[in-house]
Amino acid sequence: MALAQAKIDLTEARLSRLEMPAGSSWAAEARQGAAARLRASGLPTRRDEYWKFTDPATLTAAEPPQAAIFEARDEAPLYDGIDRLKLVFVDGVFDAAASDDLTLEGVEIDLLADALAKDIHWAKDLYGVLETRGQDPVARPLAALNTAYATNGIVLRATGKVSKPINLIYLHNDVASDAILHHLVKIEEGAEVTVLESGPAAARFNKCMEIEVADGGTFHHVRAQGRDHERRAVTHMFSRISSGSTFKSFTLTANGVLTRNENIIEIVGDDAVAHVAGAALGDGARGAFHHDDTVFITHDAERCESRQVFKKVLRNRAEGVFQGKILVRQGAQKTDGYQISQALLLDEDSSFQAKPELEIYADDVICSHGSTTGAIDEDGLFYLRSRGVPEDKATDLLVLAFLAEAIEEIEDERLREDILLRLQQWLERRRG
Amino acid sequence: MLSIKNLHVKLEEEDKQILKGVDLTVESGKVHAIMGPNGSGKSTLSYVLSGRDGYEVTEGEAVLEGQDILDMDPEERAAAGLFLAFQYPVEIPGVGNMTFLRTAVNAQRKARGEEEMSAADFLKLIREKAKALKIDADMLKRPVNVGFSGGEKKRNEILQMAMLEPKMCILDETDSGLDVDAMKLVAEGVNALRDAGRGFLVITHYQRLLDHIKPDVVHIMADGRIVKTGGPELALEVEENGYGDILAEVA
Ligand SMILES: Nc1ncnc2c1ncn2[C@@H]1O[C@H](COP(=O)(O)OP(=O)(O)OP(=O)(O)O)[C@@H](O)[C@H]1O
Ligand SMILES: [Mg+2]
Repeated sequence: MALAQAKIDLTEARLSRLEMPAGSSWAAEARQGAAARLRASGLPTRRDEYWKFTDPATLTAAEPPQAAIFEARDEAPLYDGIDRLKLVFVDGVFDAAASDDLTLEGVEIDLLADALAKDIHWAKDLYGVLETRGQDPVARPLAALNTAYATNGIVLRATGKVSKPINLIYLHNDVASDAILHHLVKIEEGAEVTVLESGPAAARFNKCMEIEVADGGTFHHVRAQGRDHERRAVTHMFSRISSGSTFKSFTLTANGVLTRNENIIEIVGDDAVAHVAGAALGDGARGAFHHDDTVFITHDAERCESRQVFKKVLRNRAEGVFQGKILVRQGAQKTDGYQISQALLLDEDSSFQAKPELEIYADDVICSHGSTTGAIDEDGLFYLRSRGVPEDKATDLLVLAFLAEAIEEIEDERLREDILLRLQQWLERRRG
Repeated sequence: MLSIKNLHVKLEEEDKQILKGVDLTVESGKVHAIMGPNGSGKSTLSYVLSGRDGYEVTEGEAVLEGQDILDMDPEERAAAGLFLAFQYPVEIPGVGNMTFLRTAVNAQRKARGEEEMSAADFLKLIREKAKALKIDADMLKRPVNVGFSGGEKKRNEILQMAMLEPKMCILDETDSGLDVDAMKLVAEGVNALRDAGRGFLVITHYQRLLDHIKPDVVHIMADGRIVKTGGPELALEVEENGYGDILAEVA
């Protein structure tokens, strides 16, 4: 199908500002392949069905929109009390001095730029591979762009139970930064790793993570986006998980002019578990807020379980979007798929749009999905206030209660407590 | 303690007058009971006093210890010492009973310029009060009123009252749904709080509760007004003969 000229122009304008990093021949091939995929589909516009609810214009523009530096002031770093390996990227540039040593038992960590420069590296079998698979049946051009032009990232191979979480810390110091990072995570048989992400990354951030989980492997992911107001971010996680493996990803989001988080999971081995959850807080009064969670889970094996739990609390013209699909392929019997997306609208100006989809080609499956949009429970609010709890605090209690189901998806108790505490702090700060 | 004068209330959304001139004064240290037919406006009175949305005061006033409360937010009224034990306590999924109570106790203290209660003191106090009401630790941990039986909800209301130590307590049919033993527990809970500095307004349909919580004054409410006021014998009269005679007498 021929692309519209406008789309070609948009794509070429963006590409003209990008420079493909040098690397080994296989890396160059992977990047050129990705550029070809990108040119074949063109960058997305609002007219594309998959971007119907989210306008990608600022994500695709040749000139990155600027974003003021967010001052967290006295806020302690996230996961502060948790022993973790810290890897710091400032506006997308790796900061070795601020980062911990990359050696840790049970895991090999390299920088993507170094891995792609080597003639032989395991990254060859993963870089752009899952992203390519994820382009079907829906094109994800911004992920192809990422593979073609990512400047750096980490490549991580877990060979055992990694003793502490790996924390990717993103810092933002340049109002005009336009960062493209690509991470690879390979979890060998029975290995286990937790990856944490935190911090505002750049004025505009395009991040991709490809995750391969072998039989019996476990991947935990906890991410916090925010509280930077002017952020524009598009992120993709492409995962392929095998027999008996576990994949759990949770994202807490606060603020952000535009955030689109895509999570594409392919379950290819029996008895595997994949959970994706998100809790988002948006207040349009502090600049715009638009948050989009787009999930695509493919069941291609027996007796697997997938869960999607997404909750959004929106006020002052904040916009929330959820597009979630469960595809159960023929033969994926005994699939247990669950999907819930809910929005709590704290006023009448905010909006939530949801597109839940089920596509099932196996006969012995249990799949359920639900989506609700609701206002605060006035009876509950009055009950709390009648006991002396001020209205804003009572609202926060109900907000926390609403988000609880998503937060409970974080398996590790310390991480769960940490995220909950941060959420409480954010709510308190808002109250001033 | 609480003085209500000529209170007229209509629904905000529709043109329906519910309270049509309520006059009532509860003195410090006294227990007043309100009885009256279904739909006469008893719960409406309790909601209007505690500040629930949806009602419009068209005339009259309600003064708690010298403060006109009708313009105050519900939380301000609570901090000023008003408490309503709900006829239908609200379930709040996801908010732990204990968290809720601790937040409430400390919010009221803060509003009054008092120091917050420490976690340890709070725990000690709530354990003691809960024990007296036979509320077990599990009920304290569960979300507010979620999955509580009717009687458990009512006991939970009294627990809140015991923790918050309000000056003016309004109990709206706290006896309904209680078995005989629970009724005693609740009555004991109320009686334990009776003192010279506190007033009670007990809404009930049955004499039985009043056997345990002896009222000083009994009012009969009908069609949005207090139509008769008397001593404890008035409740016995209602128990025996219903409202027919009284309503005929005042008509
Ligand atoms: N929000 C409302 N919308 C419509 N009607 C209402 C509302 N609130 C109260 N009413 C009406 O006002 C009248 C008084 O109700 P209220 O609940 O105060 O009665 P009550 O004396 O407490 O009755 P009961 O003994 O049955 O508890 C009833 O006719 C009721 O239907
Ligand atoms: Mg009533």
